[in-house]
Amino acid sequence: MQLVLEKRAERSRTVALISPLIAIGLTIVTMTILFAVMGKNPILALYVYFIAPLADGYSLQEIAVKATPLVMIAIGLSLCYLANAWNIGAEGQFLMGAVAGSWIAVKTQGTEAGHWVLPAMLLFGAIAGALYALIPAICKVRFGASEILTSLMLVYVADLLLDYLVRGPWRDPQGFNFPTTAEFDPVATVPTLIEGGRLHLGSILALIVVAAGAVLLGKTIKGFEIRVVGAAPRAARFGGFNANQLILLTFAISGALSGLAGIIEVAGPVGHLQPGISPGYGFTAIIVAFLGRLNPVGILIAGLFLALTFIGGEQAQIAMKIPLDVTKVFQGVLLFYVLACDSLILYRFRIISSSPQVARGTH
Amino acid sequence: MELIEAIILSVLAASTPLLLAATGELVTERSGVLNLGVEGMMIVGAACGFGGAWLTGSIIVGALCGMIAGTLMSLLFAGMALGLAVNQVATGLALTIFGIGLSGLIGAGFVGERITPAPHLYIPFITNIPLIGRILFGEDGFVYLSLALIAAVWWFLYRTRAGLIVRACGDNHVSAHALGYPVLRIRMYAVMFGGACAGLAGAYLPLAYTPFFIPGMTAGRGWIALALTVFASWRPGRLVIGAYLFGAVTILQLHAQGAGIGIPSQFMSSLPYLATVIVLVLLSRARTGGSTAPAALGTVFVPDR
Repeated sequence: MQLVLEKRAERSRTVALISPLIAIGLTIVTMTILFAVMGKNPILALYVYFIAPLADGYSLQEIAVKATPLVMIAIGLSLCYLANAWNIGAEGQFLMGAVAGSWIAVKTQGTEAGHWVLPAMLLFGAIAGALYALIPAICKVRFGASEILTSLMLVYVADLLLDYLVRGPWRDPQGFNFPTTAEFDPVATVPTLIEGGRLHLGSILALIVVAAGAVLLGKTIKGFEIRVVGAAPRAARFGGFNANQLILLTFAISGALSGLAGIIEVAGPVGHLQPGISPGYGFTAIIVAFLGRLNPVGILIAGLFLALTFIGGEQAQIAMKIPLDVTKVFQGVLLFYVLACDSLILYRFRIISSSPQVARGTH
Repeated sequence: MELIEAIILSVLAASTPLLLAATGELVTERSGVLNLGVEGMMIVGAACGFGGAWLTGSIIVGALCGMIAGTLMSLLFAGMALGLAVNQVATGLALTIFGIGLSGLIGAGFVGERITPAPHLYIPFITNIPLIGRILFGEDGFVYLSLALIAAVWWFLYRTRAGLIVRACGDNHVSAHALGYPVLRIRMYAVMFGGACAGLAGAYLPLAYTPFFIPGMTAGRGWIALALTVFASWRPGRLVIGAYLFGAVTILQLHAQGAGIGIPSQFMSSLPYLATVIVLVLLSRARTGGSTAPAALGTVFVPDR
């Protein structure tokens, strides 16, 4: 008896639709076991994680606030992954966007600068993110260097640059020696949508990005090229599509969106530049992209779900003393199940009895 | 003289985890599997290695715990990438994200604890020889183990039939399968070896490099190990050179900081990462006449029946 994979004649549409749900279900089962092993009441833990945050207005706003960067970054990443370009350095592009945008905020601090400041910051953030993403893309296209490794190495570099700036030249003199810039001026801050709330304009921008992503992929020739280059590189060559150009384009868009997300996060919910502005948004967005099936609407839903795990994780830490790392374990397990379930779209399991051919398998 | 000795000793110590992890990944990749989860396997190895040593007081038990943890993590990867034919890049990323969370969870109880680090070899008289004595005969056991391991891997890959089969799986899994070799099983063993090495490399950090565990202490070493296999063109000999060069860059920045050079420490700390990018670019550029990577590296294989 042996379990083997058998290629399906065509992609299974039913499995494609329900596989993210199966993945979430399996993840919840796994987490229930983990909570029990940790000696926590699993039912209560699941309630605190997934239900409680949905029950009050403040948490709902927080979910939207957390989902904003995740969705923006993941839309860009999905373009890269569809084109078979592996940008996994979104975290670094996020940080660079935050740094570049903050530069304007820091330089105009306490001056009479007008309302041009915030738009300029957003623009700078997006450009810096795009340029930073183009480094691995150019290294890949010109020299054939693995974009996976180079984009990831640059995350550490961006992290150290941010650290240097807030401990050195940009440090707030009144900050009691904490490594942070001063609070940004009101003109350098993303406006909130609800009086006294935390929901901010960036969430609207994220929705616009989702719509733009859907149009790009669904209605334009560029979107078609991206899909073909990723899915069938040979066909794309015959079709005259320039794969290298698409790598540069998708990395640039992806970096711009990550950078934009970075400066929005700093100028919005955080309010100043400091280390630890991201609880790993750039990496979690990879999960969001896959859970959303590299589809803009799917990514929006997946982003909200992953944001829920961040908020639920914080509440579980406060209410039940469950370590925050459980959230990362949860996210990793979820990604595993998403990928595993995706395998069933292309393959089906078959149990075969031991045949001579299989038994012969050793050398 | 003493400064040179100190520098060489610290370079060897900084290089050893890189060499161990990269040795494992070299074998994995030679079998045709790209496991990007090295960082995840390392960091879980670090947490479990420290936990094992702290609970039992034995460095060897700690090292074994690290190796077992790394192997279990790699089996997770093997089940996905080989058993379910899932994209290897995505699975490797998942392994790293999962590993970072898991290691934080496992290690939460150990933060702030200390152990006695792995002892250094001491042979009377010989170890006392100036300069070379301590460098050649005064290291901790992991340093010798890592060098023995890479030598064994060289011998295995190039001097044994099994090694030839592993390389065949990495270069052309269809042919290897047609010849009757169980490609998936061979790859699983290679992945497990990679996991054990990564786990040991992670365990080296709290067992010998620093005597305590902190979350995230691998700090990208797993990714640098991945870059090292590219640097080495998948050859064991070059891997040793590469690992020691990278160890040297790491130590260079530490000593430069200590010497009070007027460059901000963060710029010096970013050197190993920048060096990785530059090395990858230079090597990929220098490589003419096609890539030296195993031809089937990173491709999914589902046997026909």
